[in-house]
Amino acid sequence: MTLAPETTDLKVRLRLRDGWFTVCDLSALLPGRGVAALLPDGRQVAVFRDRSGRLYAIDNRDPFTGAAVLSRGLTGTHRDRPFVASPLLKQRFDLETGRCLDDGSVRVAAYEVQAQAL
Amino acid sequence: MSTTALGGDRPRPTIVLVGHGMVGQRFLEALAERGLTATHRVVVLCEEPRPAYDRVQITSYFSGRTADELSLTDMEFIEGHGIELRTGDPAETVDREARTVTARSGLIVGYDVLVLATGSYPFVPPVPNKDAEGCFVYRTIEDLLAIEEYAKSRATTGAVVGGGLLGLEAAGALKGLGLRTHIVEFAPRLMPVQVDEGGGAALLRTIEEMGLAVHTGTGTQEIVTDASGAVTGMKLSDGSELATDMVVFSAGVRPRDQLARAAGLAVGERGGIAVDAQCRTVTDPDVFAIGECAQAVDGRVYGLVAPGYEQAETAAAAIAADETGHMTFTGADLSTKLKLLGVDVASFGDAHGTAEGCLDVVYSDSRAGLYKKLVIGRDGTLLGGILVGDAEAYGTLRALTGSVPPVAPESLVLPAGAGAATQLGPSALPDEAVICSCHNVTKGTIRGAVTEHSCTTVPEVKKCTKAGTGCGSCVKVLTQLVGDELEASGVEVDKGLCGCFGQTREELYEIVLALRITSYQDLLDRYGRKEARGGDGCETCKPAVASIVASLAPAIGADGYVLDGEQAALQDTNDHFLANLQKNGSYSVVPRIPGGEIAPEKLIVIGEIARDFGLYTKITGGQRIDMFGARVEQLPLIWARLVDAGFESGHAYGKSLRTVKSCVGRTWCRYGVQDSVRMAIDLELRYRGLRSPHKLKSAVSGCARECAEARSKDFGVIATANGWNLYVGGNGGATPRHADLLAQDLSDAELVRLIDRFLMFYIRTADRLERTSVWLERIPGGLDHVRDVVVHDSLGICDELESLMASHVSHYRDEWAETVDDPEKLARFVSFVNAPDTPDPVVGFVPERDQMKPDLPLLSIGMRPAETLEGSAQR
Ligand code: SRM
Ligand SMILES: Cc1cc2nc3c(=O)[nH]c(=O)nc-3n(C[C@H](O)[C@H](O)[C@H](O)COP(=O)(O)OP(=O)(O)OC[C@H]3O[C@@H](n4cnc5c(N)ncnc54)[C@H](O)[C@@H]3O)c2cc1C
Ligand code: SF4
Ligand code: FES
Repeated sequence: MTLAPETTDLKVRLRLRDGWFTVCDLSALLPGRGVAALLPDGRQVAVFRDRSGRLYAIDNRDPFTGAAVLSRGLTGTHRDRPFVASPLLKQRFDLETGRCLDDGSVRVAAYEVQAQAL
Repeated sequence: MSTTALGGDRPRPTIVLVGHGMVGQRFLEALAERGLTATHRVVVLCEEPRPAYDRVQITSYFSGRTADELSLTDMEFIEGHGIELRTGDPAETVDREARTVTARSGLIVGYDVLVLATGSYPFVPPVPNKDAEGCFVYRTIEDLLAIEEYAKSRATTGAVVGGGLLGLEAAGALKGLGLRTHIVEFAPRLMPVQVDEGGGAALLRTIEEMGLAVHTGTGTQEIVTDASGAVTGMKLSDGSELATDMVVFSAGVRPRDQLARAAGLAVGERGGIAVDAQCRTVTDPDVFAIGECAQAVDGRVYGLVAPGYEQAETAAAAIAADETGHMTFTGADLSTKLKLLGVDVASFGDAHGTAEGCLDVVYSDSRAGLYKKLVIGRDGTLLGGILVGDAEAYGTLRALTGSVPPVAPESLVLPAGAGAATQLGPSALPDEAVICSCHNVTKGTIRGAVTEHSCTTVPEVKKCTKAGTGCGSCVKVLTQLVGDELEASGVEVDKGLCGCFGQTREELYEIVLALRITSYQDLLDRYGRKEARGGDGCETCKPAVASIVASLAPAIGADGYVLDGEQAALQDTNDHFLANLQKNGSYSVVPRIPGGEIAPEKLIVIGEIARDFGLYTKITGGQRIDMFGARVEQLPLIWARLVDAGFESGHAYGKSLRTVKSCVGRTWCRYGVQDSVRMAIDLELRYRGLRSPHKLKSAVSGCARECAEARSKDFGVIATANGWNLYVGGNGGATPRHADLLAQDLSDAELVRLIDRFLMFYIRTADRLERTSVWLERIPGGLDHVRDVVVHDSLGICDELESLMASHVSHYRDEWAETVDDPEKLARFVSFVNAPDTPDPVVGFVPERDQMKPDLPLLSIGMRPAETLEGSAQR
């Protein structure tokens, strides 16, 4: 067994209340962009990968408009915090905590996410 | 409902604030600044469903500001200071004996100090049917929502009762909602409190020119309704009847002092909780009243936010009883400036000249709707004034009020260019001059923010001093002052693109071109600010760099395809999906229709595609057809059909060439002198796909009648008997600008060559998101400089500009066709990576007229378990 498996063998998995949930192959994630995934309860999650390979997952729903689009926003770093800017009205969300950087009273759910060899 | 008396053993003393409006919020900030939130428990009873917001700017809701943007309340502030804020829970009674307040929820809170900041309510004259369906007031966000809904669904005409400051603002809003709008004012002129007869006449003229009907000197006698009880008109006191579908009452406000009256607190003769100079109620030393609900010690009730803020500070200081505790509030200035779009009206100080022996200096030009009056005291002191039609000088004049101006008063009101006119800038003001009267900030304080607190931008100064964060009318002077001060102190102003790059867009363009840098990460790691290197950049510089790389792609050896490699991660969502994102997460598709010319067969194809995919279609303002409501996974299928029929992307999404509109021109039109359609098509095909700092629009008219509106375009072409005139820097949109003539009577080839150069020079030197109109105004030398560069080649760069354009033209490929052919890219066009066949359940539609529109209630549910979920989500 090699300790550096091919990225195609790695799966992106989310921690849900009742265990780990496989979302997609790691290779489906373009650095700096997100994808949306559907959870078993109908919720949607936006999963991102940054340029150094770190993964993040937050709720896909933009709380300001209701549309499920956060996975389609541009990502970046602000004061060392990774964020995604909503593609609709551009509010930024901290990718680790789900907190809105432009409105302290708003936050979206953040999920624990990992790449694991299955 | 539970009834609880809160409080523990040995509780901290409690301050209860009733009313969380503008003044209430300011009071909380003043408490926090004095450390009182640490030593006291603070409970806020807030009647409205949302915490404090900017009522002064509330009308901007109609121009797109959201309730969130209007908010004045930072929840981090509230939570951080442990303030217990109860929205939607108004105070119902005060028991001064027991020192408790009972809220609607049943909550009973004991207080040591009670502060009433309940504001005012709009006064509605007691006319018959005043509560009919279609009657509104104008004070809260909820009022505006109700007005908007009624105006959009049920009204074409509206009337505002009251021609004062707020009435005009409400009338402007109704007009903005598309209604034919009337203003009914009892007094003989508009804004009777602020302006005099002369000013009223100039104002009337301007307002009527905006298309509003004004009825002065007449009152409202009765609201007329139909059988169902909805408004159909109003009877006026002059006997006439006015047909209208809705009525907005804006006839002044009254203090909300009922709670106080019921608690036995003294109120003024005309209402308002009576307080002393420290804002304590005259009846009970433990109860304060501030803001519009209070009657100040000078016997007046102030209906403006600035005096309210001062009262908030005064009350907090009295409660703190520290060294700031000697503040008093004894009266305030009533300067105002109307924010209504298109009309400048300002009055300040002693506007009506009531002081003994004062003189008026008046300048009036009723044809131009101008009226300016200054009131000068015997000793030459500026006491006040009125400005109508041009309030440029307001900030400076208001700040000079109370002092002897450094120049002759006449020169302050004469229009620029008229003989002795002096442009008196803020540099002439003394340090004590109040620049921001909302927050009582002096010029000295603003300078101090720059020199002592090292603020280097206007937003920083605003944050530091609060100046400019009220009505906003001082921001212009503030900006000038900050600029002057920075320059004087030799601070280098950061002109960088964003937090990641210290360079301007133009500098980055030069770096990318000279060093042939094709990778954003490479650029960031080598040329980004130190703290940004190695990071992920931001949403500002990513698309800006992507655009530079795309504009220069062939010249620097990059692939021009925007979804290629790293480029894909940099694009705004619209560019990334090659379509325009709509409010519910669906997309619109706009195929290119060069010059607006389209053959019947192609029209049929568009109709068939829209029908087959269930899309909403609309003819756009750009002479083409937009199809709305496509889901991500439908986009490639739609493009495949369009590409098959010979269509390509119309780049409605990119910062790139949109359309070149045309008029029908010489071929058909009896006046046409050139073939404008052919030229429009040629130009559109030449510049299609060209990525630029902002979008580019063009048009070609076949003669001077200008049916294609070419002079409202970034580059517009108008036919002459001898060829073509080229105009540049035009703009429609929010700040329209007529294009300037760059060159005359050009041949086809000369025209194209000049446009090539012009566009490439713009792409090279403009800022990000700077349209040609703004760029042309900004760059040193303006139009003359641009003409020198692109017509006379004064910089010797025209060859380079032309060759850059030539390589763009020869490398153009259609992005849709390219994407449809690339299976790897197609994989991105799914709603869910783990359920590619499942559509996003939030994207739904409901019928409207003969088509459909987004199902918005679906969005507020946010998400619904999808029926198709079982089985399709892989585990
Ligand atoms: C579809 C259309 C309205 C329509 O139904 O007619 C439209 C729709 C949009 N316009 Fe427009 N504009 C449309 C013609 C215009 C025109 C008229 C024209 O081009 O002759 C103007 C004024 C002319 C001008 O640009 O100077 C116009 C001035 C704007 C502006 C203000 C630009 C400015 O410089 O002030 C914006 C905002 C911006 O770009 O920052 C804007 C932005 C938008 C956006 C892109 C807003 C957005 O980001 O979602 C709209 C989305 C289009 C979509 O989703 O498909 N639109 N827009 C028109 C598309 C024309 C086309 O075929 O491509
Ligand atoms: C359209 C418009 C334009 C304006 N433009 C300007 C301008 O350009 N310049 C200017 O200086 N001023 C302007 N004003 C006036 C300015 O908004 C007010 O002076 C300011 O809001 C007063 O603040 P306040 O806190 O006293 O009252 P408000 O902001 O009205 O706040 C009072 C709050 O108390 C709440 N309340 C009342 N009773 C209770 C209760 N029993 N329990 C709990 N809560 C209660 C109310 O619901 C309200 O939220 C404008 C006002 C309007 C409506
Ligand atoms: S601009 Fe001139 S040529 Fe074109 S349609 Fe109008 S009148 Fe005819
Ligand atoms: S004067 Fe109103 S914000 Fe400064």
